Amino acid sequence: MQVPAPFEYERATSVEQAIALRERLGEEARFIAGGHSLLPMMKLRLANPEYLIDINDCTELFYITEDADQIRIGAMTRHRELLDSALLAQHFPIFRDAEKVIADPVVRNRGTLGGSLCQADPSEDLSAVCATLDASCVIKSTTGERVVSMHDFHVGPYETAVGDAEMLTEIRIPLKPNGSSAYEKVERRAGDWAVVSAGAAVWMDGATIAEGRVGLAAVGANTTSIGPVSEILRGATPSEELYQQAGEAAAANCSPQTDQRGTAEYKTHLAMELTKRALRRSVTRANGQEA
Amino acid sequence: MTTTEPAPTEAEERPVGFGRLLRKEDPRLIRGMGKFVDDIQMPGMLHLAILRSPMAHAKIVSIDKSAAEAHPKVVAVITGEDLAEQGLAWMPTLSNDVQAVLATDKVRFQHQEVAFVVAEDRYSARDALELIEVDYEWIDPVVDVRSAMDADTPVIRDDLEGKTDNHIFDWETGDEAATNAIFESADVVVSEEIIYPRVHPAPMETCGCVADVERVSGQLTLWSTTQAPHAHRTVYALVAGLPEHKIRVIAPDIGGGFGNKVPIYPGYVCAIVASLVIGKPVKWMEDRTENLVSTGFARDYVMQGEIAATKDGKILAVRTNVLADHGAFNGVAAPTKYPAGFFGVFTGSYDLEAAYCKMQAVYTNKAPGGVAYACSFRITEAVYLIERIVDCLAYELEMDPAELRLKNFIQPDQFPYESKTGWVYDSGDYEPAMRLAMEMAGYDELRREQAEKREKGELMGIGISFFTEAVGAGPRKDMDILGLGMADGCELRIHPTGKAVVRLSVKTQGQGHETTFAQIVAEEIGIPPEDIEVIHGDTDNTPFGLGTYGSRSTPVSGAAAALVTRKVRDKAQIIASGMLEVSVADLEWVKGSFHVKGDPSKSVTIQDIAMKAHGAGDLPEGIEGGLEAQICYNPENLTYPFGAYICVVDIDPGTAVVKVRRFIAVDDCGTQINPMIIEGQVHGGLADGVGMAMMEMIAFDEDGNCLGGSLMDYLIPTALETPDWETGHTVTPSPHHPIGAKGIGESATVGSPPAVVNAIVDALKPYGIRHADMPLTPSRVWETMRGNHTPPI
Ligand SMILES: Cc1cc2nc3c(=O)[nH]c(=O)nc-3n(C[C@H](O)[C@H](O)[C@H](O)COP(=O)(O)OP(=O)(O)OC[C@H]3O[C@@H](n4cnc5c(N)ncnc54)[C@H](O)[C@@H]3O)c2cc1C
Repeated sequence: MQVPAPFEYERATSVEQAIALRERLGEEARFIAGGHSLLPMMKLRLANPEYLIDINDCTELFYITEDADQIRIGAMTRHRELLDSALLAQHFPIFRDAEKVIADPVVRNRGTLGGSLCQADPSEDLSAVCATLDASCVIKSTTGERVVSMHDFHVGPYETAVGDAEMLTEIRIPLKPNGSSAYEKVERRAGDWAVVSAGAAVWMDGATIAEGRVGLAAVGANTTSIGPVSEILRGATPSEELYQQAGEAAAANCSPQTDQRGTAEYKTHLAMELTKRALRRSVTRANGQEA
Repeated sequence: MTTTEPAPTEAEERPVGFGRLLRKEDPRLIRGMGKFVDDIQMPGMLHLAILRSPMAHAKIVSIDKSAAEAHPKVVAVITGEDLAEQGLAWMPTLSNDVQAVLATDKVRFQHQEVAFVVAEDRYSARDALELIEVDYEWIDPVVDVRSAMDADTPVIRDDLEGKTDNHIFDWETGDEAATNAIFESADVVVSEEIIYPRVHPAPMETCGCVADVERVSGQLTLWSTTQAPHAHRTVYALVAGLPEHKIRVIAPDIGGGFGNKVPIYPGYVCAIVASLVIGKPVKWMEDRTENLVSTGFARDYVMQGEIAATKDGKILAVRTNVLADHGAFNGVAAPTKYPAGFFGVFTGSYDLEAAYCKMQAVYTNKAPGGVAYACSFRITEAVYLIERIVDCLAYELEMDPAELRLKNFIQPDQFPYESKTGWVYDSGDYEPAMRLAMEMAGYDELRREQAEKREKGELMGIGISFFTEAVGAGPRKDMDILGLGMADGCELRIHPTGKAVVRLSVKTQGQGHETTFAQIVAEEIGIPPEDIEVIHGDTDNTPFGLGTYGSRSTPVSGAAAALVTRKVRDKAQIIASGMLEVSVADLEWVKGSFHVKGDPSKSVTIQDIAMKAHGAGDLPEGIEGGLEAQICYNPENLTYPFGAYICVVDIDPGTAVVKVRRFIAVDDCGTQINPMIIEGQVHGGLADGVGMAMMEMIAFDEDGNCLGGSLMDYLIPTALETPDWETGHTVTPSPHHPIGAKGIGESATVGSPPAVVNAIVDALKPYGIRHADMPLTPSRVWETMRGNHTPPI
């Protein structure tokens, strides 16, 4: 049994209380959401927080709701709920694609969207999903709240824009007409982190792509959306050549490293291949040809 | 499709003897009621944690343990220097080398044991490790096995007197001159470097123990994760100088072994020393990382393989040169005369004219071991070598690999067959097993489908492996471990009411001994298996024997169980003759009772006889009361199970992801005791094989840091990577085993990796690929596809 270093534990029952505790306890304190990233790190003693603030009783953070022009997801929404949500499946099938290949049912029953984004692991799948969908993050503190784009949310590997006395409370995803999305991941084994994964989303205007986005995981310091791909896709007519061009742009705009999961060359190749596949599937779905 | 049949229902006949039978141990294990080492709690028990080296090779300059000692819950902090004062800093390995219990002079692999803390609870023990300050002085590590013998390489084992290099041993087998002569004149010679990377058994339960030394009597009770309790007891007696009758080793339920629980690890010795010094029970249980980075690894062979054949595919000879990485201490578990285990069976299932192997084993700055992982003493490596190189030959000859194998099999009339490296195969009938596997697979249809797919640019591969193992060590004349003969005792006692207790020296780690050994006794004496208790794993309650590994339980202890039962039956027959008032020769045994020949109405059951044996009244002249016997069985030879495996894979050309579509396994382990358990053993081994072929490897960086320290880094396959296994069997009994059984515990682990690799390589044939090394992760497959294959080590 791997055992963590000593720590103190508080259970918050509201966002307000959680943030107040965090402010009082300072940088040695950490929120614990699903615990599926934090606890393994504590057991390996890679993380040694002095205080844990458990936010599992903050019931106000569990929701997936639809507004006029956006979907809002509470930070404590679990993988399992993202996987099962009919609302998400309808608007953003990329969630279900991704959730099917994130970890295993035991992890998915506890792990949360907020924890996933705040962990800021460069291989994290939901970060790639949110980057693809141009999501924004609501960060709260005792003095108010601010909204940052996914682009600004991740400031480095395992580093986010969330400050010591702040909390991520909500993820907002804009709703635009005629869109669809898809996710592709290569892993060495079920439940393993991605060798590379790619998300794609398109919004159609008749036969052409009004807007398209691609987000990649495990190909650099952070999961990112690839700007140059969006430029290629904007106003273009879907075709194999277009996907190839987009795939090449994705590959050219990432900087993976060789490790046990694969060589940098292989990962670069996957960035291209998976981008192509995800785009192809998004367009097919947007055209109503695949569930 | 799966060939696993449903378990027999209560209403169906329960076999009194061999047959499908649910495992007796399962109700407690499935309900979480098993009792494992970590479940043991004792009053006043303390907890031990080990400080490990962060570096692979470094001089220990100084250790400051004062802060750790000051921790309020710490009872003791012990360093190598402390142990050295008691003469306990070093201990023997199973290969007559020595290994540091705690490092004194320098550390020789990353995560080597440097000091230990004993504290009131597990958390405090672990916390206090961070308070020990060790000053290390870096020494260049030897990580690349190929450079271990270079002139300027640092000497790892400068503790050994006069040691000036990293050499451990040279070993050879076969006839070099005869082999070379054939290679010189053969039509076709194929050579390939074939690597079996370092892997780890990774049992679900990690290693650990609870040591309890009673101060007054000096009695040591050790609950420990051991596959060989008796052998361990003797080694503790020899190392620690404790009198052997004062040592009791108990192996409770064991959560998987696979060879990982054969060696004696420093942690066990530390716990014993701690209990001895402190006078309280001490528990040591390693965590997952410690298990992966410091305990017995397996394989790590770089094999230069060569095969010589005629143009029409008659294999003439095999030659190999092996470089073996044994880590920092030579801790291989193998019989003394076999430093490379049973690698000598690398000639496989084929009738060759000559064979030769030359091997060099070296030290590197890596964890010691080389024990096993269900390898039947290095047969895994041997089978991988021959089955891979035969496929390379098929590639060069443009011959179907099934046809090539069928053409070269040892023929049934050649058994017992003496191989060119001196192994006497007891029995075999290879072609029917191969044909059955091909029929189950629909081999010709698969080849047709493959041809069609290749036309379309799709990648499909069919891989074959045909293996023969040599298991059941072993005959006393040839085999011992640290001087202990590899014969096994067994005791059987029938109680007055006809219920029985059988005591074994071997110890299950999941193989189902409590069921199969009851079935062996049941088959011989007609008492239902549920009336037979199997006692094992406790040295005070069982006869001496060398333990469970190398698939030896059924070949050795299984034979002992059958023979001890026959001994009891012989006595029962004499008692029955008294009861029925006829001569012994007039009695006939019908499972469960003796009948008077010609008058079946006159009979006594074994239960009647048991009561008589313990009851009042006279027994036949010269017969003592009671109904029990004891024997020690010395096997005459090893047993040679074999099997034909076929694997079908599909590869996504865009991502190089391999999907194992089907796996057909036909095994022949001689007489089958419990087919359901055999299938279970095969299923597990096949999953192991997929893991090794496709994802498992203990890798190191250039500084000697172990990269496989968690199950996120060291991957083990899940149900999603493994197909539904299709199993079948043939039965070719062993002629020298009393019930004709052979080992099955490791067949699938040994036989499956080459089938998977052969299938993947076959799928890549359109790219002109003849060989690729494990583990075949998507990245390694993709690099192979574009001609960039690099060895894994
Ligand atoms: C075996 C295994 C396999 C996995 N495989 C994958 C995979 O394939 N793909 C993948 O993407 N992920 C994978 N994961 C990670 C999993 O998805 C985690 O659940 C997730 O990354 C973290 O979510 P959590 O709720 O468990 O966060 P926690 O572990 O509770 O927290 C993670 C970090 O976020 C902080 N935090 C949490 N919530 C907030 C908040 N609201 N505001 C501010 N900070 C917060 C915590 O303080 C902590 O630093 C795997 C995990 C495991 C154990």
